Amino acid sequence: MPSIDYVAPTSVNDAVAALAAASGNGRVLAGGTDLLVQMRTGQITPQTIIDIKRIAETREIAESDKAFVIGAAATGVEMSAHNGLKTTFPGIVEAMDLIGSQQIQGRASPGGNLCNASPAADCVPALIAAGATCTIAGPNGTRDIPVEDVVTGPGQTCLSQDEFVVSFTVPKPPPRTGDAYLRLIPRTEMDIAVVGAGVCLTLDDAGVCQAARVALGAVAPTQVLVADGAAALIGSTIDETALNTLAAAASAACNPIDDKRGTVDYRKKVAGVLATRAAQKALERAKA
Amino acid sequence: MTKQHITTSVNGESVEYLCEAQQTLLDVLRDELGLTGTKEGCSTGDCGACSVIVDGNVVCSCLMLGAEAEGRQIETIEGMATADQLHPLQKQFLEQASLQCGFCTPGFLVAAKALLDKNPDPTETEIRFWLAGNLCRCTGYDKIVRAVQDAAAEMRGA
Ligand SMILES: Cc1cc2nc3c(=O)[nH]c(=O)nc-3n(C[C@H](O)[C@H](O)[C@H](O)COP(=O)(O)OP(=O)(O)OC[C@H]3O[C@@H](n4cnc5c(N)ncnc54)[C@H](O)[C@@H]3O)c2cc1C
Ligand code: FES
Ligand code: FES
Repeated sequence: MPSIDYVAPTSVNDAVAALAAASGNGRVLAGGTDLLVQMRTGQITPQTIIDIKRIAETREIAESDKAFVIGAAATGVEMSAHNGLKTTFPGIVEAMDLIGSQQIQGRASPGGNLCNASPAADCVPALIAAGATCTIAGPNGTRDIPVEDVVTGPGQTCLSQDEFVVSFTVPKPPPRTGDAYLRLIPRTEMDIAVVGAGVCLTLDDAGVCQAARVALGAVAPTQVLVADGAAALIGSTIDETALNTLAAAASAACNPIDDKRGTVDYRKKVAGVLATRAAQKALERAKA
Repeated sequence: MTKQHITTSVNGESVEYLCEAQQTLLDVLRDELGLTGTKEGCSTGDCGACSVIVDGNVVCSCLMLGAEAEGRQIETIEGMATADQLHPLQKQFLEQASLQCGFCTPGFLVAAKALLDKNPDPTETEIRFWLAGNLCRCTGYDKIVRAVQDAAAEMRGA
């Protein structure tokens, strides 16, 4: 392996400058659980590694009246230990917690999960369902965009070569909101999602759904926001009719691959089933 | 490119080393510091043979760069026993024959120690989930799980 450079900037601006200086041959390092594997196998050969973990903004999990701000390089262990986040968005925390083993949890970050841009990334559908945005820093300052706009295809994001994700902002939801993320894997631990489904919904005091977002993973080149699935829930009490419409919409939204882990038909079917179950779990949480 | 000059703490002792940017912490431990108790199985985060504790969290040293260790507190298998006494986990692994070839053992011991540091009384299910990132091709896991349970009981004074 040719010799490469490692830098660990302590400010957002210094990190952007390091990315710009690397002119396309730089790679952001968060937990390294994707990056170091890809370097090892020769899939990628960066010349400069820019470790963002010494930048305070990428590490903090902050709660205000309005929102949770989750540092892009916060770890799964840190997210699971944050009681406020866990209570308000158990779906996001559970989705992150599904990633790999305890060893991986000590390093893996939501920013890495998003920017690695795997269609099967577990934390991403949960963030999309919860309406999260991300703050992207670059030479011209920062911009905020919805999480669902970041990934453009397998391994591809809309970030330019001198930009990186600093943090996620998840607005505090109204009362009677619940979220959930479920995935199907052939084993019980340590596997890649065949289908993942995230749902976040809000009820009024009569139990009628006022707002909903449904996102699927592993069933298309990018995560999919299933708008007509959400529309099926809104205005209903999440009854059987609404859930059936949701399941059909989720199946129809899939554009999956056919591989040894699941055929196209199987993934479509399971997407409907998981979206339904995630909606039921989110409903229970919204009522609790 | 210039080598990185790193100052860190390994098993409570201050350590300095030079490393290349792409060297993993596992490479540094084994090749630069001569701490070969930490094993390399897969180098892709799947087997847990390279487990070490960094600032209280168990991680795969094959998925961390040596350069990232600046200012951290690292614990490896070499730090588990004292000069005259094995750690209760080590004793139980020996007594219960929780190893055969032994290649996975340092990783299991370090990961199990990280668990018991956080949770002195884990259930069997908690132990199995916690150790899901450690693979063993010999024992079938049951003896490992029992050794962790018994070491936990011993450490609680139960
Ligand atoms: C054994 C094992 C099991 C796994 N299991 C799962 C699983 O069950 N589900 C799952 O979804 N994933 C899984 N993964 C993949 C991986 O752990 C996750 O995708 C993780 O969230 C990546 O985060 P990271 O911080 O380690 O990313 P890194 O490896 O540091 O980075 C990943 C990519 O994103 C870029 N990047 C990182 N942070 C930023 C940022 N803030 N801004 C811009 N670019 C950035 C990097 O340059 C790199 O290209 C597994 C990996 C391993 C090794
Ligand atoms: S060698 Fe690190 S997990 Fe296998
Ligand atoms: S004892 Fe041989 S791999 Fe575990």
